[in-house]
This record gives sequence, C-alpha cells and structure tokens, in this order.
Amino acid sequence: MSGKVVLHYFNGRGRMESIRWLLAVAGVQFEEVFFTKKEQFDKLLNDGALTFQQVPLVEIDGMKLVQSKAILNYIAGKYNLYGKDLKERAMIDIYSEGLIDLMEMIIMAPLGPADNIQKTYSSIEEKAKVRFLPVFEKALANSSFLVGKQLSRADVHLLEATLMLQELFPSILATFPKIQAFQEQMKALPAISKFLQPGSARKPPPDEEYVRIVKSVLPHLFK
Amino acid sequence: MSGKVVLHYFNGRGRMESIRWLLAAAGVQFEEVFLTEKEQFDKLLSDGVLTFQQVPLVEIDGMKLVQSKAILNYIAGKYNLYGKDLKERAMIDIYSEGLIDLMGMIIMAPFTPAENKEETFRNIEEKAKVRFLPVFEKALANSSFLVGKQLSRADVHLLEATLMLQELFPSILATFPKIQAFQDQMKALPAISKFLQPGSARKPPPDEEYVRIVKAVLPYRFK
Repeated sequence: MSGKVVLHYFNGRGRMESIRWLLAVAGVQFEEVFFTKKEQFDKLLNDGALTFQQVPLVEIDGMKLVQSKAILNYIAGKYNLYGKDLKERAMIDIYSEGLIDLMEMIIMAPLGPADNIQKTYSSIEEKAKVRFLPVFEKALANSSFLVGKQLSRADVHLLEATLMLQELFPSILATFPKIQAFQEQMKALPAISKFLQPGSARKPPPDEEYVRIVKSVLPHLFK
Repeated sequence: MSGKVVLHYFNGRGRMESIRWLLAAAGVQFEEVFLTEKEQFDKLLSDGVLTFQQVPLVEIDGMKLVQSKAILNYIAGKYNLYGKDLKERAMIDIYSEGLIDLMGMIIMAPFTPAENKEETFRNIEEKAKVRFLPVFEKALANSSFLVGKQLSRADVHLLEATLMLQELFPSILATFPKIQAFQDQMKALPAISKFLQPGSARKPPPDEEYVRIVKAVLPYRFK
C-alpha cells in the first residue's frame, strides 16, 4: 500500500533528522507535524499512539512507528539501502550503530547543563577524531561506499554525521582525505544535493529556542 | 559457511547477555573468551578487531562483529527470529528497542555511584511499571507471542528483561497476568528451558567482583 508519510516531532533535528535524511535519499516525500506545545504530546500519549511514550513517531504504510532505530531500519529495508545479504547488513549495522552513537552525543549536548557544554564538546571532538573517523577513513580506502560498493544507509549516516561535526569543528576532516572525497561524491548525488539546498526539510543546528521547546513539551525527560 | 561461534566479553551479563540468550534460543553452540585483564582488551584494540574500540565482539561466519545491536540483528536474521516481512520486522524492532533500553538501564545501574543507586533502581521500577510492561501486557492480550503469532527475538528479549526485573523487584509482575502466562509458556520451550538450567552459559546478576573487573579492564570508560 502507499499513502502519505507523516513525521511527528519538533521543528528541529533531534532523533528525527536521520529519518529525514534517509527518506530524502530514498526520494520519498513526507509531511511533518511539529510539536510546539505539551498538549500535542499529551494527546498522542492519551491516544495510545506512542508505544513507549516517546517520539519520533512516523506514520508510514498504515503503521504508526516509534523508536528511531526501528523507523530507520524499516525505511532502509524498504528502499534497498540495507545491503544485498545478511553479512552486508551486519557491516552496515556496525557502521550505522557507531554513527548513531556519535550523532546522539551531538544531539544531546545542547540539552545538558550549560556549565558542562564545553567539556562535552571537547569529549565529542576527541572521540570523533580518535575512535570514529579513523574507522571510516579506513573503510573508504578502497571503495567509494562503505559497504558492498553501493549506496547504503551507512553512507547517508556518515555524510550527515560528518557535516554535523564540521558545524562544530570546521577543520576536523583535515586529516581524513578519504572522508573528504566521500563527502564530495555524496553531495553530488541528486537526492542529496536537493536535500542540502535551502528550502528543503533539512533542519538547522539546535538553538536556544529549540532547546526551550523540547524542555517545555517533554518536561519529564529533564527531571 | 559454518564454524565455531566465539564470544569475547567479561564473565558476566552486560551487553553480551542478550546475545547469549538469542544464540541459546536458536540452538547455537558457542564458546566464550572472558576478559579479565586490561592487556587482553588492549591486545584486541591493537589487533584492530574492535571497530569502535568497544566490546562485545562475536566471531561468527568468518566475521568479527561488534556493536551489540548489529550482532543481535545478524543472529535474529540468520535464525529466523525476525518476522516474515518488513512490517513484522518493524514491530519486532520497536519492541526490541524498548526492551534493550530497559535492560540497558539495569545493566548500567551497578556502575552508578553508591549514593545514587537507590534512586536509580526506583526509577527503573517506575519506568518498567508505567512505560514498558503495560505495552507488552497489551501486545499479549490476543496472542502467545508478541509479533506474527510465532517466536521472534522480541519474545526472547521480553523473557530476559522480565526475569531481570523480577530479580530486583520480585512482585513486579503481580499486576501483569498476560506477561506471567507468557513467561511460563516461554520457559517451557526446550532451548530456553535448557538455558535456564544450572550449568548453562547464562550469567548471574552483576556482583562487586564483576564491577571491579569491568572497571579495571575499561578504566577510560569510568573517568
């Protein structure tokens, strides 16, 4: 079946942004319902639409999916971004889990205590340079894509993550030439090029207003 | 191809336990290499087998897999514990992600500072009763299994998680009769019944010695 895809989340990145990226790469149009008031979230809770009382929520193919990883897995599986066999899928999962962990640190940083934020960003930069980026520099040594010589969700996540890192640490890719070349190649893909243009559904980095809205809609998460 | 399956982790539960459960449910024999000294971990690091410098590590089918979710996904996919189509898989992922989150809280609790421990366990109990268990009580209202009327990884995770909860809060399932019946049905499955017997590869709850060894082998994680 087909029907419109609807994303329920804040008007900001958070845990929905990787889903937006994946849908964009798959060429899937989607609508968005933005949370601005606690009452909207409470209504979803009362309607029983949120399985574990959490967002993101994505309406797709007659289902109401929650849990960002379950949503990403479904989209990747449906749109052939998940490798050609179980072994490729395993490699894609390893890379994707690592990238999601890294992006999670970046996503959560602005929501933490203000006095800690510089230390948090230093830790993220260190981990990115020492633990994460070397893995991908090596994986790209002999191929244009991370797994199976074709585009997969892991590639989309890597582009997203490296662009996020560069927003915070502009010269971070200076010592990673293969990742730089990978970025250029990925940015040239039509669906991604379009998503990177102004006016797309891509969201900006979090600002104080975004943080304020998240904390007012989900106060229980910050007690 | 086939060959032996080797798990590299501490001699304790942690993030490998759900993998042990899934392999046991699938009837797969495995060997274990326990980390007891920092030098063992450092050797794995310098050998380059830990993609993101983390354990668990599982050698299976000629691959060295890391990232517990990637490992679980691979095993579930290989041994037909991941539903019959993309939609069932999505539901299995939603339930599994929720259960892995819940078990993650329990896994990390013994590493919290002593003064925070009581609050941490109270928080886990509250979340289990209010957010998690009601979801599964409802999902089991009309079926013996969570998804697709057949055993999936979600069922294995639910049994594991509920047994863990009962170790901490013995009467927690008193108000969840469907989950209680589910537990009894699952415990009667031969592979699971065997895994629950003394002498199996199932590991006990974490004690002070386990916490000490983890902190000694992975000191950087506790700075």
